[in-house]
Amino acid sequence: MPKDYGIGASSKRREDVRFLTGRGQYTDDLSIHGQAHAVMVRSNVAHGKIVSIDTSAAAAMPGVLAVFTGEDFKDVGGNPAGWLIKSRNGEPMREPKRPVLAHGKVRHVGDAYAAVIAETYEQAKAAAQQIADDAVIDELPAIIDMKAAAADASNRVHDEIPDNICFDWGWIEDNRAAVDAVFKSAPHITTLELVNNRLVPNAMEPRASIGEYFPGTGDYKLTTTSQNPHLTRLLVAAFVMGIPENKLTVVAPDVGGGFGSKIYHYGEEALVLAAAKKLGRAVRWTAERSESFLSDAHGRDHVTKIELACEKDGTFLAFRTETYANVGAYLSNFSTATPTFLHGTLMAGPYKVPHVYVNVKTIFTNTAPVDAYRGAGRPEATFSLERVIDKMCRELGLDQFEVRRKNFITPDMFPYTTPVGLAYDTGNYQATLAKAIEMADVAGFDKRAAASKAKGRLRGMGLSTWIEACGIAPSHLVGVLGSRVGLYDAATVRVNATGNISVMVGAHSHGQGHETVFPQIVAERLGVPESSVEIVHGDTSKIPFGMGSYGSRSLAVCGVAMNKAIDKIVAKGKKIAAHMLEASEGDITFEDGKFSVAGTDKAKTFGEIAFSAYVPHNYPLETLEPGLEETAFYDPANFTYPAGAYICEVELDPDTGKVDVVAFHCADDFGNIMNPMIVEGQVHGGVGQGIGQALLENTTYDENGQLLTGSFMDYAMPRASDVPFYNVDYSCQTPCTHNPLGVKGCGEAGAIGSPPAVVNAVIDALHRGGMTHVTHINMPVSPGRVWQAING
Amino acid sequence: MQNFDFVKPATIAEAVKALNSGDAQALSGGQTLIATMKQGLAGAETLVSLTGIAEMKGVCQGDGGLHIGAATSHATVAREVATTYPALAKLAGGIGDPQVRNRGTVGGSLANNDPAACYPSGALASGATIVTDRREIAADDYFQGLFATALDEGEIITKVIFPIPEKAAYVKFEQPASRFALTGVFVAKFAGGVRVAVTGASNDGVFRWTEAEKALSANFSAAAISGLSVDAGNMISDLHGTAEYRANLVKVLTARAVTAA
Ligand SMILES: Cc1cc2nc3c(=O)[nH]c(=O)nc-3n(C[C@H](O)[C@H](O)[C@H](O)COP(=O)(O)OP(=O)(O)OC[C@H]3O[C@@H](n4cnc5c(N)ncnc54)[C@H](O)[C@@H]3O)c2cc1C
Repeated sequence: MPKDYGIGASSKRREDVRFLTGRGQYTDDLSIHGQAHAVMVRSNVAHGKIVSIDTSAAAAMPGVLAVFTGEDFKDVGGNPAGWLIKSRNGEPMREPKRPVLAHGKVRHVGDAYAAVIAETYEQAKAAAQQIADDAVIDELPAIIDMKAAAADASNRVHDEIPDNICFDWGWIEDNRAAVDAVFKSAPHITTLELVNNRLVPNAMEPRASIGEYFPGTGDYKLTTTSQNPHLTRLLVAAFVMGIPENKLTVVAPDVGGGFGSKIYHYGEEALVLAAAKKLGRAVRWTAERSESFLSDAHGRDHVTKIELACEKDGTFLAFRTETYANVGAYLSNFSTATPTFLHGTLMAGPYKVPHVYVNVKTIFTNTAPVDAYRGAGRPEATFSLERVIDKMCRELGLDQFEVRRKNFITPDMFPYTTPVGLAYDTGNYQATLAKAIEMADVAGFDKRAAASKAKGRLRGMGLSTWIEACGIAPSHLVGVLGSRVGLYDAATVRVNATGNISVMVGAHSHGQGHETVFPQIVAERLGVPESSVEIVHGDTSKIPFGMGSYGSRSLAVCGVAMNKAIDKIVAKGKKIAAHMLEASEGDITFEDGKFSVAGTDKAKTFGEIAFSAYVPHNYPLETLEPGLEETAFYDPANFTYPAGAYICEVELDPDTGKVDVVAFHCADDFGNIMNPMIVEGQVHGGVGQGIGQALLENTTYDENGQLLTGSFMDYAMPRASDVPFYNVDYSCQTPCTHNPLGVKGCGEAGAIGSPPAVVNAVIDALHRGGMTHVTHINMPVSPGRVWQAING
Repeated sequence: MQNFDFVKPATIAEAVKALNSGDAQALSGGQTLIATMKQGLAGAETLVSLTGIAEMKGVCQGDGGLHIGAATSHATVAREVATTYPALAKLAGGIGDPQVRNRGTVGGSLANNDPAACYPSGALASGATIVTDRREIAADDYFQGLFATALDEGEIITKVIFPIPEKAAYVKFEQPASRFALTGVFVAKFAGGVRVAVTGASNDGVFRWTEAEKALSANFSAAAISGLSVDAGNMISDLHGTAEYRANLVKVLTARAVTAA
């Protein structure tokens, strides 16, 4: 019988009641007395010199309260990059200032160079249009193509950076010679050039921010769509505006999806705070969908050449990659970590390959900033690996399953240190592959292919055996690698006098379901009903200093911090119980919500202990503080390493090139599972995004830097009809060895593992149909591209 | 979006009068017009709603075929012609999503003449008659290129008369993002011959593929067009497909429409 309560139960998502009945409180739902409206003035050219911005006409328009330009912010700090990367030659990366509003130059279509605050949104919008009409911006040639950008020193996104290169990173540079030597003598080399397509995050809720200033105390408040309110506070207060952190509260209320794009601090957040102070009124801003397309941090955008050296029997000898990674016009907060330490370190996959070398050149272009997006670096690594392995299998006529098995790290080899610097603690890749093969009925494939053929369609099967690294840690290691922040998390468990519990967590839920899952753990550990536990998150004035949610870290880092705080609650409860029961502390046991004296029937319930902590009449006050509230910080000893095997089946219409995903099987190892239903939902969503990337989503800038796919008319999001009924399994479980919950994280897996499975399936279908001249099609594998590939 | 006045007349005469006084524009389902107004690409001082005019709504059998009021929604057409003209019902039922189908109208679609819209191919293949407040226009004379029609300033479509073919089918290949027609082909077989109208493909908007019509009039089977080829010369090329790809789709979809008819 499946559990109906606590750890491992599929408890229903309690937050969905408010989300699905329109009772959520998103930033834009809040209305503050006296609020004014901000509208940003955005560049319509990709690259231009700001000659003049005449704001006088706009300032005189009805309802206009204030106008800001880059000039107003030129003396405040820049929005920093959170990770310092060094180039192969030891030089630090180039870090141009990212201003609140563009100053001197505009650097991408959508780059905000002015803002209007007015009584109404319409008035602000009309005045913003006036400024756009009156501004004189001399258009400069746009820098769009990465390789051209790196080759042309005369045309610069940032005048002080001659070749538009942010850094040229080698991982691990000292291994390069050995890797090159392997390639010189390798019996077989497979080479693949591919593009990991740029994606627009498209969270359902656009970004929004409200700034408030309280002159009586000098306090500021920022309500904003953030995945990590403390990080946003640190950036906007300490780095950009120079406000003491204790004078700024950041609240991220209900947030409608982020996928990474709401990790980062954006200029609009500083703008509304500055405007609120200047006007003495709340100032609000909500992005229009077209602004989201132009100004949210995009994802992926790599151009990669990957080479695989192997024996004729498919035994891997080495991987070598050269990647051009687009950072766009400015460095967004995690943009330098994503193509490096979240990408290069995964380039051994789940394989015992002895040699790997990764080179990443990060390029500035006149496009929107690019940063972490669901999976962040790991999808790029997985796609390169799983595609080149698939190509190698075809070149050598080898069985794709057998080649994976031959090269997998085996369970007896853990802990296993890869040549790219990660130490995998545990795993069983054979088990997930075997499970996926069983789920997908691989044996019955030929029969299904024959049935498809009878309908004039080609059927193909694609495999991807992926691994990722979640819960980036430990802080001292990431510090050595260039991180400018720590990557711990924190939780406070406050047992109230009447025994119900508030848990303040540093993680932030923007769709994940923390409000459901975290109470399951508390309920299990303390023997209380789930419904008596409330999760508080998203408000820096209420929660401990945690780092928020991204990188599938909430449970594996913050959940473990909460678990540690619960340990402390239990320990203190035992002390109180020992006093009340007149026993020695060592004899107290805690089980099913009861503190008992071992071997007797003397016991106190959890509720009685809590009450005594707050009404300490019979209480050891000389040795123990009253109250029952504990905080814990947790800094993991290592990453966690979820892994799995995905098998995708497609049907392809050779006359139109249309690809339908007809089956998708996921065998994942996420370690221990807290709520199976939520895990399934996370995998469904991730695979949906992966199918979107593989088949549909195409962010295209033309050579002038205009975003051709700037609306849903041209940017294809996956819809229900584009995805199959997923077949999801998580029964292969190798619990994480270094956290007490044994959890690994499941939020990004689907988006990491699925794109190569889809593309491999398409290539398989074409090869089975005799079109063996097609060795690769870049994503999105659209009907037009498939047809073009077939027809040469 | 700029402010505008809104009037909702009850008769065609009142609507025409409102449209011909000052800066006024007809508003039907608003599924195109409102979106373009929000983008600042369209706008008028007065919007004249056509959806309150009873004589412009509904479907009935009449002289020359089905008479469909110009302000009839796609959803109503999909429902009401399901048995009388299934191919047209399928076309209407495949437009956008339920919200779009419940508001968008046949008159709005034909007046707008988006090069990727579905109705223009249905009207052209059916040899429909576009009836306006002042005249009747044959479909062959009505469509005049991208977003261009024979309508004069202030002229409104009041109804559309669709002759009912013996056999017909519409096959739409969706553009992956907008789900408009990347290319759509409507094939209609009448006693007097076959008409084939193609949308989404050409730089000149909806057009008749006359070679295929000739071949299919002689032999109404997919095989009849297997030897034909479509000139990619004037086809649309964009990020969703090249001109050659669209030329290919015209032929593939025509064959499929013939088979489906
Ligand atoms: C999300 C979405 C998806 C869509 N998908 C499709 C699709 O797959 N296929 C497809 O064909 N269409 C599609 N459409 C377009 C839809 O069919 C619109 O309804 C249609 O194009 C316009 O009709 P309307 O009644 O909304 O016209 P409106 O938007 O009200 O008007 C459009 C234009 O026509 C003029 N006009 C309106 N009625 C008349 C009239 N009777 N006489 C003269 N001029 C008139 C208006 O002045 C305006 O210039 C889609 C639209 C949306 C929003």
